[in-house]
Amino acid sequence: MSDKKNIIICRCNEVAQEEIEALIDQGVTDIEMIKRLLRIGMGPCQGRTCLPMVISILSRKTGKKPDEIKLPATRIPVRPVPAGVLVGEMESDGNEE
Amino acid sequence: MKSRAEVVIIGGGVIGLSIAYHLGKLGVEDVVVLEKNYIGSGSTFRCASGIRAQFTDEANIKLQKYNIERWKRLSDELEHDINFKQSGYLFLATSEEEVEVFKKNIKLQNRLGVPTRLIGMDEAKEIVPPLNTEPFLAGAWNPEDGKASPFHVVYGFAKKAKEFGVEIYEYTPAVDILVEKGEIKGVKTEKGIIKTGIVVNAANAWAPVVNEMAGLKRDFIPIKPYKHQLVKTEPIAEGQIEPLTCPPAWNDSYVIQDGEDGGVICGTGLEKLTHLDDVQPTYDFMREVLKWATKIIPALKYVHVVRQWAGFYAKTPDSNPAIGKINYIDGFYIAAGFSGHGFMMAPGVGEAIAELIVKGKSKVPLDWDWYDPHRFERGELRSAAFQIG
Ligand SMILES: Cc1cc2nc3c(=O)[nH]c(=O)nc-3n(C[C@H](O)[C@H](O)[C@H](O)COP(=O)(O)OP(=O)(O)OC[C@H]3O[C@@H](n4cnc5c(N)ncnc54)[C@H](O)[C@@H]3O)c2cc1C
Repeated sequence: MSDKKNIIICRCNEVAQEEIEALIDQGVTDIEMIKRLLRIGMGPCQGRTCLPMVISILSRKTGKKPDEIKLPATRIPVRPVPAGVLVGEMESDGNEE
Repeated sequence: MKSRAEVVIIGGGVIGLSIAYHLGKLGVEDVVVLEKNYIGSGSTFRCASGIRAQFTDEANIKLQKYNIERWKRLSDELEHDINFKQSGYLFLATSEEEVEVFKKNIKLQNRLGVPTRLIGMDEAKEIVPPLNTEPFLAGAWNPEDGKASPFHVVYGFAKKAKEFGVEIYEYTPAVDILVEKGEIKGVKTEKGIIKTGIVVNAANAWAPVVNEMAGLKRDFIPIKPYKHQLVKTEPIAEGQIEPLTCPPAWNDSYVIQDGEDGGVICGTGLEKLTHLDDVQPTYDFMREVLKWATKIIPALKYVHVVRQWAGFYAKTPDSNPAIGKINYIDGFYIAAGFSGHGFMMAPGVGEAIAELIVKGKSKVPLDWDWYDPHRFERGELRSAAFQIG
């Protein structure tokens, strides 16, 4: 099998598959806790790519069916936006008005 | 699930878990924590992580001075790194009158051993390099205040509590409390009844519902859920906004860098009395908080916002929690209504309640009269504790 240390599951916060499996082995099997202890899915991508992969790892290791594992809530804004745009002082390309 | 326990704690937030950990540490063998969702899912995981002794009354300053000593040792004690950092709190004054108020507060804090100082804007700029110093006259700076990771604190308390034999049942709401002749007899859950003589209400925003389960009037301790929100930016370079930085006159707005990933957490006083299911973030909050945050730190304009979420301040009329025994029912205790500053109080409050249960008194410098759960019925209010994280 390939080296799990080098398989990065969460690219925003650089979390490797090995770290996720180690936490599950310690008995942390709730995706809400795994997410927070390892900070997966809390970076700029907001979990779009990594959380489904965490679900498949969890399901493989715990025997839970993937559809029994609820995806954590998505948070707004769905895509990162500069603060200046949100207060209306900048155009969405980031230039000041 | 156990059918009998010495103590049942309702609520698996930082307060309930701290109480459980301290009971375990004191050797109480049969402790159960009931959590209706997952641990931390109430207010705790939604908080801004700030820890301070800069309060404006003796009771809170004394308790928080003690708590900071506890926080310093907590990673060692729990054998888990909770990421506590003494990165300070910096309050900023926008007027001469406010500077005078700061001086008065600092005098009281200093008398009680908290080393807060009034600082000028040059020093403030060294502490928070991207700070907009122009609107401010002075700062109240306590370098001993700080922050810790709510996630790791909850995990650490839970892990250690379990090592002491505490059982934590997640996704298991308490649905009723059995009381006979003024004594606690048990707690009913969806998965069965746990017989016990002692119940602790650690449900914070939900505490009135739990009081009602015990047959008490829902609002004899008037705790109301106020929706508070935060936004968080992408990570910025370490060391830019480490302290919680807050001009209270700007609607209690504040910014603080997350101690773990370096994103900037931004909060403001915009709040709404709501119902217990409403944790929906709103765009009006986003605009309001960023208006203030970009005034405090102008460079934030160019930083991307990545997350926004909401949670409850479980507020009492004087913004101080209700901590202690409920006299109407034997074996019924409460620690709830933390009004936006319960995370920082968790180690000492957990220790105090655990000792009260086991020994009838506690060595924690917690002023039981000040936090008396019955004060509201008597129409007594404390001077309002400053609310923000
Ligand atoms: C936006 C925001 C920012 C904040 N910033 C700070 C800060 O910087 N510093 C600070 O000190 N504090 C801060 N706070 C406040 C802090 O989050 C709370 O005071 C603290 O988390 C309270 O902990 P708790 O355990 O009492 O409550 P909670 O974490 O809410 O725990 C109560 C638990 O009880 C459970 N429960 C309810 N009913 C039942 C039932 N019937 N059966 C079983 N379980 C039940 C709930 O699910 C919940 O998990 C902030 C709060 C918010 C919302």
